Amino acid sequence: MSSPVETYDGLRMRGLTKSYGRFTAVRELDLDVPQGAFFALLGPSGCGKTTTLRMVAGLETPTAGTISLGSAEITHTKPYRRPVNTVFQNYALFPHLDIGENVAFGLRRRKQSDVRRKVEEMLELVELGPQAKKKPAQLSGGQQQRVALARALINEPEVLLLDEPLGALDLKLRRSMQIEIKRIQTEVGLTFVHVTHDQEEAMTMADTVAVMNGGLIEQLGSPAELYENPRSTFVANFLGQSNLIAGKVVGRAADVVRVDMEGITVTVPAGRAHADGDRAWVGIRPEKVLIGEAGAALDAPGNTVPGGVVTDVSFIGVSTQYLVRMPWGQELQVFAQNTGRDPIYRTGQQVELSWRPEYAFLLDHDQDVRAGAEDEDA
Amino acid sequence: MATVNPIVEPAVDAVDPGAAGETGRRRGPGAYLLMAPAVIWLALFFLVPFYSLIATSLYDPSGSDQAGWEMTYHVGNYATALRDYWDSLAWSLFYGAAATAICLVLGYVVAYAIAFKAGRWKNLLLVLVIAPFFTSFLVRTLSWQLILADNGWVVNTLQFLGILGEDGHLLATPFAVVAGLAYNFLPFMVLPLFASIDKIDHRLIEASSDLYANPVVGFFKVTWPLSLPGVVSGTLLTFIPAAGDYINAQLLGNTNTTVIGTVIQLQATTANQPHLAAALSTTLMAIILVMVVVYIRRADTEDLL
Repeated sequence: MSSPVETYDGLRMRGLTKSYGRFTAVRELDLDVPQGAFFALLGPSGCGKTTTLRMVAGLETPTAGTISLGSAEITHTKPYRRPVNTVFQNYALFPHLDIGENVAFGLRRRKQSDVRRKVEEMLELVELGPQAKKKPAQLSGGQQQRVALARALINEPEVLLLDEPLGALDLKLRRSMQIEIKRIQTEVGLTFVHVTHDQEEAMTMADTVAVMNGGLIEQLGSPAELYENPRSTFVANFLGQSNLIAGKVVGRAADVVRVDMEGITVTVPAGRAHADGDRAWVGIRPEKVLIGEAGAALDAPGNTVPGGVVTDVSFIGVSTQYLVRMPWGQELQVFAQNTGRDPIYRTGQQVELSWRPEYAFLLDHDQDVRAGAEDEDA
Repeated sequence: MATVNPIVEPAVDAVDPGAAGETGRRRGPGAYLLMAPAVIWLALFFLVPFYSLIATSLYDPSGSDQAGWEMTYHVGNYATALRDYWDSLAWSLFYGAAATAICLVLGYVVAYAIAFKAGRWKNLLLVLVIAPFFTSFLVRTLSWQLILADNGWVVNTLQFLGILGEDGHLLATPFAVVAGLAYNFLPFMVLPLFASIDKIDHRLIEASSDLYANPVVGFFKVTWPLSLPGVVSGTLLTFIPAAGDYINAQLLGNTNTTVIGTVIQLQATTANQPHLAAALSTTLMAIILVMVVVYIRRADTEDLL
């Protein structure tokens, strides 16, 4: 706290830690959220993402570390003095006030002028103009969600925090709200920090996603970066699905790593290899794997793995999902786009798999191969 | 700012949990059967005596137990009663109001602390609030006589501190009556307040703090309005019995501040003026009824009660 905060125009956390007795919810977090970004904290329940958000809001006091916003340090600033507003999980609308007064709450506390006009404009933005005189209990879940958003947005905070804002909505409504929130963010240009356990939601909405696990940030980057080049088994499994195959590193060149995978040598670009040891997990996304009849030369000039047997076929319209048992006993997932050019293989059929080396990634063998996979529907 | 796309979702009509439940269900004969015991009980033991009370208040005042009483619609009884005993009525309402005000302040703090700060001690503290009821109302009031007695430690301490004069005393003063009432009726205030405050979602207080309300403003804008149902039922549960109570006034007060309950008891028994006792009872009932209705209207919490 004694060292002066460097000038940075966004939200910055340094060494942020929160412990409850012996349990550490957030561990020495360093995070920069650029101004105007739509930033998502993604992780399973209990990973520390909500605690991080609450520390930024001032609702929890950090055990150690600092939070700064622009040039101001706000680590210990009272929540009602921070230029930060929150859209709470389950909304926390004031049941005794009508919608208009709920939205006006923050402006009235700060003695702003022109409250009525601003509230009208804000309710217009979220399409709730005619509902201004109703009480929160008279609105549907989706409408309440929009009131919560309006109530926070109207204060034009430097950072808007969203704590699982869509968690209580059904799937269809959630999808349209995702698009709506994203559009509002683009329109108002404020910094949004969004906490969610739904990887699809994070990827749809945010420009930058930080994947959290066990109080730490596993990886940070754009949704495409995280998906295409995960650095840990947790990220590989939590964002989408991955085939992870045990292998032995047999050679490292400047730009490529050669791995012996159950007797078949495959290559992984050096920039996608995140393992230093001899043993590693070769990762490949199911949709990057090509499937063909045994012996057929697949047109992908890459790693070819023969000897597979189809054990399960699910036709889901846009694609066909296969489970293929490999000679070493592991079942790999393959998603084949339903272009109509390739036949649909049957259970029991002999096939071979192939993928372009540039799509594979290499992960440290010490990591749990199942990490993040069970939490899919948490 | 442009507007966003409308979202297709069913508009939910006014959802008032109470109203929705009633309109949704048809009342069959079952409902009346279930209500019957209570209705019969009230008819026998409230409506009949109530009629008899009104009738008694309109007796011809020239009657007596020996000569008999006659119901002559003598409305003048009310004028007589009010003229002679308006001060007792005023004392009753004053004692009731003062005790209620003290109970509200003390009770709110206690209820707030139990609801929000007590953690795992919550249930134990609630038992302690009701604990005085394990002993008799009369015994508790009598022990206040000892506490406030002229040679008791309270008076001695206050005299030592110079707050009370050498010949000052507490017993047989309005102060003692209000103190006794406040003590006796405090649990009636604490329990409904606790029930209301305990129900308040903590996230609402966090939300108010997030929306620039400091703790004091947050209390008056969120906690207090949401606890109003408890405030209303607590003050009613305290004021109504406190205004009608005469035990505290008799045991702790003096004869200059006689309350209406004492007068009614006296008129109904020793003084043998049942028509005056009945007229005073009816008046007290009417005054309290009017005050309660006005109060509930003003508090605007009919839907919350």
